[in-house]
Amino acid sequence: MTKLNLTTEGDRYVVATRYCAASPEAVYRAHVEPELIQQWMLGPEGWTMPVCVNEAHPGGKSRYEWSDGKGAGFYPTGEFLELEPFSRIVHIERMHLPDPTPDNHIETKFTQEGAGTLITMRMTLPDAETRAAMLATGMEHGMEAGYVRLEAIALPLG
Amino acid sequence: MSQLDATFSALSDPTRRAILARLALGELTVMELARPFDMTQPAVSRHLKVLEGAGLIVRRVDGAKRPCRLAPAGIDAIDQWLSMLRAALEANYDRLDTVLAAMSRSDNMKRKDTR
Repeated sequence: MTKLNLTTEGDRYVVATRYCAASPEAVYRAHVEPELIQQWMLGPEGWTMPVCVNEAHPGGKSRYEWSDGKGAGFYPTGEFLELEPFSRIVHIERMHLPDPTPDNHIETKFTQEGAGTLITMRMTLPDAETRAAMLATGMEHGMEAGYVRLEAIALPLG
Repeated sequence: MSQLDATFSALSDPTRRAILARLALGELTVMELARPFDMTQPAVSRHLKVLEGAGLIVRRVDGAKRPCRLAPAGIDAIDQWLSMLRAALEANYDRLDTVLAAMSRSDNMKRKDTR
C-alpha cells in the first residue's frame, strides 16, 4: 500500500502517488515546515539540506539547498501559488544546475484514505533538454539512492 | 530473466544510467566513456556488457574499437529520467514515513503532558 506509483499523463505531466500511515494534517505539515522538510526531502543517501526556506503562504518563496558534505550541491527555488491546509499545495519551482531549468508547476494533494493519507503529486514533465541536464547532474552528484535525487532531485523534487 | 527485468536491472545502477545519459548525446568509445567516471576501462566494459544484454545499447566494430550508442528501440530518455525521479521519490517518502512516525509519537507525548 505504501508503494510509490509513478505515471505519465500525456507527454506533459508526471503523477506520483504514495500512501502514508498518518493524518492529512501531519503529512501536510511535513511538506511545509522547514524543520520537518529537512529531515526527509533529501534525495540520495548521504545528502543533507542545510538550508531550507519555505514561506508557506501564497506568494511565499522557497529555497532548498542540498549538500553532500563534500562541496557539491544544487538547489531548487520556488514560489507558492495556493495553499489549502491540509489538503492541497500548488507551487512552481526550478532547479539551479546551476543554470535554472524551466519552471515546473507542481500540485500536491493530501487525501484522507482510511486511517492514512494518499499523497498525489502532479508535476510538469521537463522538456528533453532539461531531462538530459538533470540526468547529467544526477550522475555527477551521485543523485541516486535513491534521487534525487536529482529528485529533485532533484527534485524535486518537492 | 525477461527482457523487461533485464532492462530495469540495467537501469537500477546509477553509473549505467549516467552512461546512457552520455550516450544520448552521441556515439562514444569505452575510453571516452571511462574518462569522466574515474573508473577503469574494464569496469566500464562490464557496465556496457549489462547495457548491451538488456538491449539498451548497441556496439559496432571499428578496427580495434567498439564504439557504443543507444539502441534505437531501447528505453527512451523519458524512462531514464522517470527512473531517476522514482529512485529519489522512493528514498524521500521512506524517510517521510519515519518523520511521520516520530511526529505521531511526540504528539501522543504532548497529549499525555497536558492531561
